[in-house]
Amino acid sequence: MKEYTFFPGCSSEKNASAANMEHSVQAMCKILGIQLNEIDDWNCCSASIGYAGGGQLPRLSMSARNFALAQQQRGMTDLVATCAACWLAMREAAERIEHEPEVRADVNVALKEANLSYEGGIKTRHLVEVLIEDFGWDALRAKVKKPLTGLKVAGYVGCQTNRPFGIAGESFENPLYLDKMIEATGATAVPYPKKVACCGGALMFTEVEKSCALVRDLLQCAVDNGAEVIVTPCPVCQLNVEVYQGKINQLFGTNFNIPVVYYSQLFVLSWGGSWEDAALNQQVVPAEVLRRFA
Amino acid sequence: MAYDLSFAQDVYKNSEMGHWIKMCKQCGVCAGSCPFGPHWEYSPRQLFQLVRAGKKEEVLKSHSMWMCTSCYNCIVRCPRSLPITHIVHGLARYASVKGYADPNQITNRFATQIFWPNIVGTGRVGEAMLTMRLYFADGLGAGIKRGLEMKDSALGMLMTKRLNPIPLRGKIKGYAGFAAMIAKAQELEAKREAGA
Ligand code: SF4
Ligand code: SF4
Repeated sequence: MKEYTFFPGCSSEKNASAANMEHSVQAMCKILGIQLNEIDDWNCCSASIGYAGGGQLPRLSMSARNFALAQQQRGMTDLVATCAACWLAMREAAERIEHEPEVRADVNVALKEANLSYEGGIKTRHLVEVLIEDFGWDALRAKVKKPLTGLKVAGYVGCQTNRPFGIAGESFENPLYLDKMIEATGATAVPYPKKVACCGGALMFTEVEKSCALVRDLLQCAVDNGAEVIVTPCPVCQLNVEVYQGKINQLFGTNFNIPVVYYSQLFVLSWGGSWEDAALNQQVVPAEVLRRFA
Repeated sequence: MAYDLSFAQDVYKNSEMGHWIKMCKQCGVCAGSCPFGPHWEYSPRQLFQLVRAGKKEEVLKSHSMWMCTSCYNCIVRCPRSLPITHIVHGLARYASVKGYADPNQITNRFATQIFWPNIVGTGRVGEAMLTMRLYFADGLGAGIKRGLEMKDSALGMLMTKRLNPIPLRGKIKGYAGFAAMIAKAQELEAKREAGA
């Protein structure tokens, strides 16, 4: 059993938009022998849109409080995130706290109000990096009990799992790990030229039509390349690409109805987990095309 | 057009990552990388040039900075390694704080009036409340209309237990300390933004 400190983030809470990611991640980790120790009483990472209301210091302090709690509760154990936006916000905060003495000093003045302090040192990682670096491709392949043979999958990496930090060792323009994950389940990764294009991110809330136009192109590209399902590591991508299909069909006269799942859901299913373990009962666009493997 | 020679200096000093604007070589790679490119009145490249030229009103009243989806395309491509995303975010924040940004610009309003109060009010995002407040920001009629437009998605989210039927959420346990921390950080931030 390998242990990590865990930051789930707001969208992974019960009854939140990425509850299906969280459920399948826990099932995946159980099969793999990973124990995720959630930071007790964590707060929001400030998300990708927090800059406008929060500015620099309030925004960075939010991550700093999580680091301080993590250190208090779990020492210097690696801190793992599953949400792209959380991971990015934490990596950014960690870098700035470590490399900018002024930021570090100011953050600690703020933290002191909560009787906390943090000087840096905890490594912030994405769960995908844990799978690749601490377990490796052979170990992931060895878990397969029901290979997803014949399933055609478009691997949609999106933005924030890929830039500005990205999964260690991958390129920004053509990261390969997601295709490799798809292939590791026995499924087929179809070519997907839109794999690192933007879904609109948080602007789906406010600029609905403009964001839907981006997602329309993402969906069309997947369909054109013969995908039966889209897979992604990012909860913002998953939400935008799955849940807005009805709206997109309305806006553009299209007829999309393609399931969008997380890599963790594919792994759990191919590793012999149940439909519920994989949280496939929590899809807004039903993933019936996966039923034959359940 | 009005020039404000102190504007560029103030942005370099007090807007997040603003000093990097001096380094821009105007190649346009960032402009070609924006997912909402056609919707930007001024591209990031143009914004940076306008800052350098002291065009305060043109920059700060523009809706451009609010078109950033935080995709980080520009940041990994800029040949001068400018942290463009953060500069653009910084300019949006600067325009908002200095009172130039259109308060009705939807992303400005959502980010500053709805999202930020939502997260600092309890310590975590309340997605259901966030959506409701956004929909009803223009009053009851507009809210019901938007709600109806999105009702299939919302219903789908509710049915699959990915949306809380009760929009209220509790505060984190350490909320008192959290709130005090945010208040202190905001105090320091305000001083810095005023150029102190
Ligand atoms: S890519 Fe960089 S150097 Fe080129 S115009 Fe944009 S900010 Fe300037
Ligand atoms: S991060 Fe913002 S400014 Fe940069 S390319 Fe994306 S949308 Fe444009």
